[in-house]
Amino acid sequence: MPRQLHLSAAIDAAADAATDSPRHLDPGHYAALARLAERAGLDFVTLDDSFTAEPSRPDALATLARIAPLTSRIGLVPTVTTTHTEPFHTSISLNTLDWVSGGRAGWLVGVSTTEAEAKAFGRRPVAPEDELWAEAADAAEVAARLWDSWEDDAEIRDTATGRFIDRDKLHYIDFEGRHFSVRGPSITPRPPQGRPVVAVPVAAGDLARDASPGGRARVATAIRYADVVLLDAPDRAARLTAATELRLRSGEHLRILARLDSALPDRAAEQRLLAELTATGTGVDGFHLVPAEPERDLAALAERIAPALRDAGLLRTGYPGRTLRDHLGLPRPASRYAGAGNATATATATATATATARPTTATALAEVTR
Amino acid sequence: MTDRPLKQVHLAAHFPGVNNTTVWSDPASGSHIEFDSFRHLAQTAERGKFDFFFLAEGLRLRETKGRIHDLDVVGRPESITVLNALAAVTERIGLAATVNATFNEPYELARRFASLDHLSGGRAAWNVVTSSDAFTGENFRRGGYLDRADRYTRAAESVQLAREFWDAGEEPVRHRGPQFEVEGRLSLPRPPQGHPVVIQAGDSAEGREFAAATADVVFSRHSDFAAGRAFHADVKGRLAGYGRKPDELKIMPAATFVLGDTDADAAERAAEVRRAQVSPQTAIAFLEQVWGVDLADHDPDGPLPVVDPDPDSALVQGRVRIPDPVGTAERWRALAAEKGLSSRELVIEVTGRQSFIGSPATVAERIDHFVQQDAADGFILVPHLTPGGLDEFVDRVVPLLQERGVFRADYTGPTLRDHLGLPLPERR
Repeated sequence: MPRQLHLSAAIDAAADAATDSPRHLDPGHYAALARLAERAGLDFVTLDDSFTAEPSRPDALATLARIAPLTSRIGLVPTVTTTHTEPFHTSISLNTLDWVSGGRAGWLVGVSTTEAEAKAFGRRPVAPEDELWAEAADAAEVAARLWDSWEDDAEIRDTATGRFIDRDKLHYIDFEGRHFSVRGPSITPRPPQGRPVVAVPVAAGDLARDASPGGRARVATAIRYADVVLLDAPDRAARLTAATELRLRSGEHLRILARLDSALPDRAAEQRLLAELTATGTGVDGFHLVPAEPERDLAALAERIAPALRDAGLLRTGYPGRTLRDHLGLPRPASRYAGAGNATATATATATATATARPTTATALAEVTR
Repeated sequence: MTDRPLKQVHLAAHFPGVNNTTVWSDPASGSHIEFDSFRHLAQTAERGKFDFFFLAEGLRLRETKGRIHDLDVVGRPESITVLNALAAVTERIGLAATVNATFNEPYELARRFASLDHLSGGRAAWNVVTSSDAFTGENFRRGGYLDRADRYTRAAESVQLAREFWDAGEEPVRHRGPQFEVEGRLSLPRPPQGHPVVIQAGDSAEGREFAAATADVVFSRHSDFAAGRAFHADVKGRLAGYGRKPDELKIMPAATFVLGDTDADAAERAAEVRRAQVSPQTAIAFLEQVWGVDLADHDPDGPLPVVDPDPDSALVQGRVRIPDPVGTAERWRALAAEKGLSSRELVIEVTGRQSFIGSPATVAERIDHFVQQDAADGFILVPHLTPGGLDEFVDRVVPLLQERGVFRADYTGPTLRDHLGLPLPERR
């Protein structure tokens, strides 16, 4: 039996439609798209975001929280940028999205590169992209440590001793980086997935010998922190090369989904997409579909393309589990602090965390830029 | 009573907090983090036609003696994210999030509340709090080093700037002030409420002035009748100085309650709840908060400690320190001697007696009385149980308030401003 595909889709409003209708403010619009994706059996939907004024749209994490109770299985993956937002808030907001969705949250990591965004905050000048992605890596590190900072069984409700929690199972994270330091622990208990799924966008060019410093830093962040890479490649050959390279540098648990423009105005376009999805030797685990007109294209996906893929044994029937990690076949990670002991024994906890973590960002950057 | 028309009562529901008002040891106590608990309480409050559902915030876990305080409920979600999800399972009730103006930038605050207001059809409220403590600041890139005196300066300018962004909608905003120099525009049109409702809780003279100048609702701590009237008169009296009418600001103290079939039943239940709220360990922790010294070996069933409090102690972090610990200890010793109370009984006696105790008829009458006599415009009710702590109030007290003609039988408009009787603010 062939290996099954992992499929996801963007549900951003079509760029040209955003201005002439208030759909982008209507939660029902997003809920309808997510339900179509759910009917098609996709792993997750993404919703893009930034602090630029265009396109017109509400906060992406807020929007996906708003539709979480209106969907039941589909993973919900908003873009959250790390340049101007406090890492502590990013961590607890994604944690909370995981709670309100019953373990379906993910995070598409982004940075803010524009001067307009810097001025809207008025706190720092615009910075080079490699610096922003190194900072994004630090934000991902902080988010993950905060998610882990409560062990799963920290809440004990022990009436005999009057204790609600076992504080030995809560941990200071003591992160110190170039841009910020965070003490911890989180104010929010460990999320249902342990850690929400982290996705990083990577372009094939970021992996090339002549990649820009920003591209290299993005790859370093992906290798260090991503559960899912959304890979943008110009053609099949570039995709295969980039995916192979990514897999060599990261572990077995990375899911690589190739970004695929999926305008489906007619049956011929659907046939072409189906051919692309069923091709072998792609080097990737699946595809991230980017519709041109989300309602039309996701409906075609749910009604015709997904059933055809199922008939070919390339797409699972229904959802075998409840969480986004289940859909992606990713294990639920144990807390890095589990068994580390007393929360006041900060030095011990930090040393343990450092010892068991993957290489530091600095090391990873050095590897990529060597 | 004068012959002025009856004032309408405003009610809000506070999700039980991370303090010892919340009883987690009761078998009926459910999860404090799972979404179903939030859904249950918000839907119950909406069934009771409440004005809004309220979430508090704390950005660093409380500590006692250098360790995380473990005797109360610990842990909560990020407020705005939960409220966006609740917008999907409720239709009318207002959704209020406490968000710190010190550890958030105005552009992002404006955008997040504009998003909640759009995604909920005009039901968003922002409870503006400020912080200057380095303890909380250790979790944030901007740190905690804001002068105490600058807290309200920053908060006031944050609110003003957020309102500039809301008013501008998708038009550009340029702002130059003492705290912020920004230039930007939101990716959203003006919110359905014009400005999401602003709630404020500060009690100092500065806090009251800030409320009179800025807030739509004051979340006060004065649930006692006399103190409530004094606070109400003081804050409403400040409004004219800002060209505002008394109706444009609602004063809603936090209030706890215990119901029973009779007043005697309720009193008995209230005493049980107080004992559950003050476990032996919690009693010791309370004494340590005042004494500022380690009392781990002190017998909660024996008399108060004989040593005097350390007024300069940093034993307790992340909580408001009780002012004048030495004087407080003296008063407590006198009271314990007079009534023959053990340490634990003393703590039960001096802390957090419930605001309203009685049969549904008694509680409805008291609430109405407070409101008609201007001790409050309504209450933010704090149940002691999650998630069922409001069920009985909604089933038994709300109908009586409705019969008295002082509480809405149904919502009259879709937005929180409609519920609170606040006008749509003019666009500046």
